[in-house]
Amino acid sequence: MNKKEVVAMLLAGGQGKRLKGLTKTLAKPAVYFGGTYRIIDFPLSNCSNSGIDTVGVLTQYEPLVLHSYIGVGSDWDMERKDGGVFVLPPHEREDGSSWYRGTADAIFRNLKFIEQYNPEHVLILSGDHIYKMDYDAMLEYHKAKNADCTISVINVTTEEASRFGILNTNEDLSIYEFEEKPKHPKSTLASMGIYLFKWDVLKKHLYEDERNPESSFDFGKDIIPLMLSNGKVLYAYPFEGYWRDVGTVQSLWQSNMDLLSDEPPLDLNDPSWRIYTRSPNQPAQYIAPEAEVSNSMINEGCVVHGLVDHSVLFYGVEVGTGSVITDSVIMPNVKIGNNVRIHKAIINENLVIPEGTVLEPNPKDSDEILLITSEELGTAGLADDQKTPIPINHL
Amino acid sequence: MSELMGVINLDHELDLLNELTYFRCGAAVPFAGRYRLIDFVLSNMVNAEMQDIAVFVRRKYRSLMDHLGEGRPWGLDRKRGGLFVLPPDWNDASDTSHGDLQHIRNNMDFFKRGKAKYILHSGSQHISKVDFCDAYDYHRKMGADVTLIYTKVDQLEPEHDPCLRLEVDGQGYVTNIHHEKDHPNVYMEMFIMEKQFFLEQVRYCIAHGDSYFFRDAIQRNHKQLKIAAYEYKGYHAVINSVESYYKNSIELLCPENYTSLFKERPVNTKIKYEAPTKYLDSAAVNNSLVANGCVIEGTVENSILFRGVKVHKGARITNSIVMQKCEIGENAVIENVILDKDVNLPPDRMLVGDVRRPFVIAKSSTL
Repeated sequence: MNKKEVVAMLLAGGQGKRLKGLTKTLAKPAVYFGGTYRIIDFPLSNCSNSGIDTVGVLTQYEPLVLHSYIGVGSDWDMERKDGGVFVLPPHEREDGSSWYRGTADAIFRNLKFIEQYNPEHVLILSGDHIYKMDYDAMLEYHKAKNADCTISVINVTTEEASRFGILNTNEDLSIYEFEEKPKHPKSTLASMGIYLFKWDVLKKHLYEDERNPESSFDFGKDIIPLMLSNGKVLYAYPFEGYWRDVGTVQSLWQSNMDLLSDEPPLDLNDPSWRIYTRSPNQPAQYIAPEAEVSNSMINEGCVVHGLVDHSVLFYGVEVGTGSVITDSVIMPNVKIGNNVRIHKAIINENLVIPEGTVLEPNPKDSDEILLITSEELGTAGLADDQKTPIPINHL
Repeated sequence: MSELMGVINLDHELDLLNELTYFRCGAAVPFAGRYRLIDFVLSNMVNAEMQDIAVFVRRKYRSLMDHLGEGRPWGLDRKRGGLFVLPPDWNDASDTSHGDLQHIRNNMDFFKRGKAKYILHSGSQHISKVDFCDAYDYHRKMGADVTLIYTKVDQLEPEHDPCLRLEVDGQGYVTNIHHEKDHPNVYMEMFIMEKQFFLEQVRYCIAHGDSYFFRDAIQRNHKQLKIAAYEYKGYHAVINSVESYYKNSIELLCPENYTSLFKERPVNTKIKYEAPTKYLDSAAVNNSLVANGCVIEGTVENSILFRGVKVHKGARITNSIVMQKCEIGENAVIENVILDKDVNLPPDRMLVGDVRRPFVIAKSSTL
């Protein structure tokens, strides 16, 4: 196996409980975003665009969708003779087996994978965030600082800081302390969960951490503090740009809405930094004579007869005549009948919304986003004589 | 595994689409927002699980090769078989063959290596959703030497003029093949034949100095051969002129045509990674087909936008076809126009063609 300068390890085993019904049968990195993507497309495309061609994807929770989605990685230009993308689920070993106990444990148990490439550096990524980032620029920074570990950080407000892992740094951005969700934050530099390690240093600390019975085997909680206490050189790498954790229904909805402004903070039409995805191969979208579409993103395969404003429509969505869709995210292949009203909602894939249905959040709760999966839909919005379960259209 | 191997023979297709075929062959002309004409017959072949498909090319095939690549989007990037783009071989001094027979002779290995026993031979100009499995079953059932696929056209248009017509008897066999322009049975330039028989006919034609397989082996011998006629019913369009290209494109805006061409069985094409199309606040789009990657601020009516088109504020596109990566400047107006790829229309410009004779702007033109 040829030596690689960098191997990326993408943590994609999380459930994303706060996404409720959206992650019932798939892991959070496989959740849909932006009319055509899944969350994991962002870190994978960033790797591809940054020239990183060897990526291990660590899966655990409901991996079927992710595994089949990633395949051999050709959609992200990761189908390589030398390197490529590898899905790494937990596996049985001679000394027994268990699930990945934490982020660091997941890497520790795939030491053999990394060792094959004998890399100088290992990049740890998470499959939970929406952002465009040049990891190569981070690597240059990491090498210029001769750091043992470089952590990508984003500046947040003081109020937000207590929801993040915060890095306290000296003036030259060298890190002296890591605080998980501090009540009284000393700094506003939040860790983005992107770590670049010298491989030999990381390996040593992974072994040390595994021997600690108290450890939770987590990069933020265990490995970083351990490295600090061992006097290693850690630097913060300041990132500027759009970065969102879409871990809740509210934040997922908001991030989709962010794409709809005339000058969106995240440009998906940049030919120099394409976000790759698995193409569903659908025909061009058809906008009917009676349709009205504004402030929206609409994907191929959609057929729109109604009004769509300020919404994101994934591929294969049909909107019937007289229907009004506003401030909503409609996942793939949802069939919306005539005269349906949908406002401030996320509609999960493959649902059929019968004629005349009204799906709106409680007007008294201005923050509520209605999440409709097959269960929530139930018989909502139906006339009494139509109260039969909603069929799910499996394509 | 399919009993059929496919040949898409472009040798006799004339590049009659004016500006659209200056730099590419007819099969590579973009169609329906994101496809090329060849995608339709190729997808029909793949939907029939055909595994060996050759495309015979002679002229202006750079764009076609770029589009087809290794055949991955059609699932044809295979270790054995798959997609072959085959130009005729020029360096054989002993080669006395002409026309499309030269293609067949010089690419004999393709026919010999394929395991399928039957050949499906097609052009690229007839856009349809023919089920080749069904046509093959029909061919076997009829015990024919060759089966020709045709469709009955109720309303003949000028683009049907060059098409051959089939006279069919009550049993479903062809009794005559001719060019009578008012006959409704339009031959779709697709036939099925046993491979061995096909190759024998090819050898015979070459030995007799012939140059056009269909004309010399089938049409001329129609009295000696048992020729079955398979009638196709469904979406059908012939694209052999700018007018037919324009008319059939605009007719895709009719939901029945759109549904029958796209929604029943997939049509595959080269993958591009464009974001979904963005409609801004001032966008007004109706009765249009829009591919991904567009950013629309203006008005679009009765039109087709290919991938990555930008329509700026105040611009107005009516009854037009705008191909990949065109940019329509602020307050520019186009009506009855076909813009080939990469055309940049500056602000406030106005281009108006005639409904029957659309105005065509060649690829990458600066205006």
